Amino acid sequence: MADLSCTIAGIPSLNPFWLASAPPTDKKVNVTRAFRAGWGGVVWKTLGIDPPVVNVSSRYGVHHDTNRQALGINNIELISDRPLAVNLQEIRECRAEFPDHVIIGSMMAPIEERAWKELAVRIAEAGVHGLELNLGCPHGMCERGMGSAIGQVPEMVEQVTRWVKQAVGIPVFTKLTPNITNILWSAEAAKRGGADAVSLINTVNSIVSVDLDAMAPTPVVDGKGTHGGYCGSAVKPIALNMVAEIARNPFTADLEISGIGGITTWRDAAEFIALGANGVQVCTAAMLYGFRVVEDMADGLSQWMDEKGLTSLSQLHRMAVPNVVNWNDLNMAYDVKARINPDLCIECGRCYIACEDTSHQAITMTDLGNGRKRLEVIDDECVGCNLCSITCPVPDCITFDRVDAGTESVTWPDHPLNPQRLVAAE
Amino acid sequence: MTHSVPFLPVISADGHPLTAAQIEQNFSDLHPCLTDLQAMAESNRCLYCYDAPCVTACPTSIDIPGFIRRISTGNPDGAARTILSSNILGGTCARVCPTEVLCQQACVRNRAEDAPVEIGRLQRYAVDHLLDNTAAAYPFARAAETGRRVAVVGAGPAGLACAHALAVNGHSVTIFEARPKPGGLNEYGLAAYKMTGDFARREVDFVLAVGGIQIEYGRALGTDLTLDVLRQDYDAVFLGIGLGDTNALGLVGEDKAGVVDAIDFIAGLRQSEDLAGYCSAASVVVIGGGNTAIDAAVQAKRLGAEEVTLVYRRGPQQMGATAYEQDLAATNGVVVRHWAKPVEIKGNGHVEGLVFERTRLDGGRLTETGRRFEISADLVLKAIGQSLAPAALSGLTLKGGKIVVDETGQTTLPGVYAGGDCIASGQDLTVQAVEDGKRAAKAIHAALSASQR
Repeated sequence: MADLSCTIAGIPSLNPFWLASAPPTDKKVNVTRAFRAGWGGVVWKTLGIDPPVVNVSSRYGVHHDTNRQALGINNIELISDRPLAVNLQEIRECRAEFPDHVIIGSMMAPIEERAWKELAVRIAEAGVHGLELNLGCPHGMCERGMGSAIGQVPEMVEQVTRWVKQAVGIPVFTKLTPNITNILWSAEAAKRGGADAVSLINTVNSIVSVDLDAMAPTPVVDGKGTHGGYCGSAVKPIALNMVAEIARNPFTADLEISGIGGITTWRDAAEFIALGANGVQVCTAAMLYGFRVVEDMADGLSQWMDEKGLTSLSQLHRMAVPNVVNWNDLNMAYDVKARINPDLCIECGRCYIACEDTSHQAITMTDLGNGRKRLEVIDDECVGCNLCSITCPVPDCITFDRVDAGTESVTWPDHPLNPQRLVAAE
Repeated sequence: MTHSVPFLPVISADGHPLTAAQIEQNFSDLHPCLTDLQAMAESNRCLYCYDAPCVTACPTSIDIPGFIRRISTGNPDGAARTILSSNILGGTCARVCPTEVLCQQACVRNRAEDAPVEIGRLQRYAVDHLLDNTAAAYPFARAAETGRRVAVVGAGPAGLACAHALAVNGHSVTIFEARPKPGGLNEYGLAAYKMTGDFARREVDFVLAVGGIQIEYGRALGTDLTLDVLRQDYDAVFLGIGLGDTNALGLVGEDKAGVVDAIDFIAGLRQSEDLAGYCSAASVVVIGGGNTAIDAAVQAKRLGAEEVTLVYRRGPQQMGATAYEQDLAATNGVVVRHWAKPVEIKGNGHVEGLVFERTRLDGGRLTETGRRFEISADLVLKAIGQSLAPAALSGLTLKGGKIVVDETGQTTLPGVYAGGDCIASGQDLTVQAVEDGKRAAKAIHAALSASQR
């Protein structure tokens, strides 16, 4: 089986799977169970300056699909509400009990140099492998000038990172908030501040649902609700893009990345690593199913790597980055047409109505008169949009054939129909 | 959802007859209403097909993907309205339709998974939800009174469906029903474990709640009621009279005690207040291969009969009963014997047994083999088909013993329409009877709207 051991920001890890800073990593009892279950590391739930915060009752909301599967959840919980000394003592105990496992200390403080430096030193002294700077929580703490209130200001991201780097000699992960216009601004700021790695994404600001009886956002706290941090598989696409942007941006390409955001399966993890993550952090999947989810994450990733002939994660790392390009670099001569496999088609008509109502009227549905139907693509109308295959309930039933010669490549800047075409000097 | 074997009858634990409580348990719901959780899971299996084959397969063309979608989004009453707008007896059809040869056979989930969406059970979930929701508004508004009067003969599924559709359109309907209760086979036929409680009656009440329909009981065609009078007194007539006669074996001794028609056995059972005292037969023989035969045999077994044997003169492929119903008989402990026909009824006064002769197909023709066997029986249930009671139908053209109608449901007598089991295309299906009633109502409404008063 492929070797899943890896190094993240210089920290060796048994595998790339860490638990993100969140309720699952708040206490020794959780962390002990996590390590025994097979997690390579944890980022301890964010520590702040005493006195500890006080949390509300009713903390999580959910975005369910109609089958009650959680597409994503959000939370309005604050950072660890236990005394700092208790957390640090438990960190020491876990370090001693699990010397091969990684513990990163997540921390948060107001925008004051002394506060960050003193807290960083205290946590570092507990023996953590590294520190993660929580500059992302989009609820509660930001109203007190912390979390995303700092992470949304690149200058502050740089400043805080620099303070902590000055204070401690261990690797520093700057955790980025997605609640910004351009992730590169904060990623570049973290790099300028000296970060060894960035962790992203923190949760997405959200209202996941409205309780239509209480007429309040969920989770409802005595008749009221507030915006909270959205996480789970629904945010994975947002996270993947931000990771890729950092990985392909020349200034930040060498920043190590701890990928976070809806990672639920080994496949999700492989995608993050291929787009530039050195390791991944998971929270929601564990919260929904328990720590055992790591078993298949490790097994499935290893199995897939074997099938691909990959022997180590360093080979997978950044494999897809060169293929992430700007729209203007896409080959506009490339042309694909949908193909519906009649042997696999169950004749549900979903592709037909999706294409007919909302796309290009490129599918015909013929009643064969014996209770059966035939669904076929009209090549002249098909633009290769993929909607049919997206709506098809049968895997691999609808595939795409390339119909251009494959010899020509033309991008929009060079395209004959582009009015702003960069014509070579005449 | 996987197909579960319906619950099996209680077998006596001590060799003594079943107690009243055990028999009652045997006649509880064959397929109880789905729970909210089950409905959520099952509704989410529906692929929401476009031009869905299940709709085509439904004689009443219920928008099945549309109603299942409503269940999945937490709008079960909307689902019920969708169902009832195509099939006012959707509650009964959900319980008794042979979905395995209709909507669920057509479900695209069969193609790759061999596991259709449980459409029937979802339909019941929705309709029951609406009927149980006392706060829900009645889903049909009646058009302004037209002053036109229509006579419907028979308060069975065809007549009720026709009456409801006409009432919605503002016409006044009088239903003439021979029996003391409405519902037809919904009330007097169908296996009791499929129509538990007073559902048949509740459904009729729901139909009548639209207004404009009155029922006169004890009024059978041919006694004080004639087609001629109805045609004179009403603007149109709909006949949903079912099949009043039963076919006979044609054997000597058929009049012995203990030899009865299966439909009478079932009707008595459906109306019985004391199931434990309803039937004391130990050895029951059922003759026939249709769903009525299965219903009778399984119910006899569930009443506690020690031996129930269903004998059919042909093979399983020729049986009118669906494969599901045949399985139901088998899992209920009914012994099914194919390729045999009764030739002699034994007993003095009361039947003691039947002699059968082995049959076989020779060149497509059923022939007798001369080989015989005997089964003892203290109750023989005849389920070899029903036929139209011919009385009082003068003036109507019959074919194959049934009323001939055109594509609108009109008989050869102008202004007289018919539907359900009594017409030539009758399929012995509740859902088809509903569709027949709907079709005739549409034609009657069109005719009344077009004609000057």
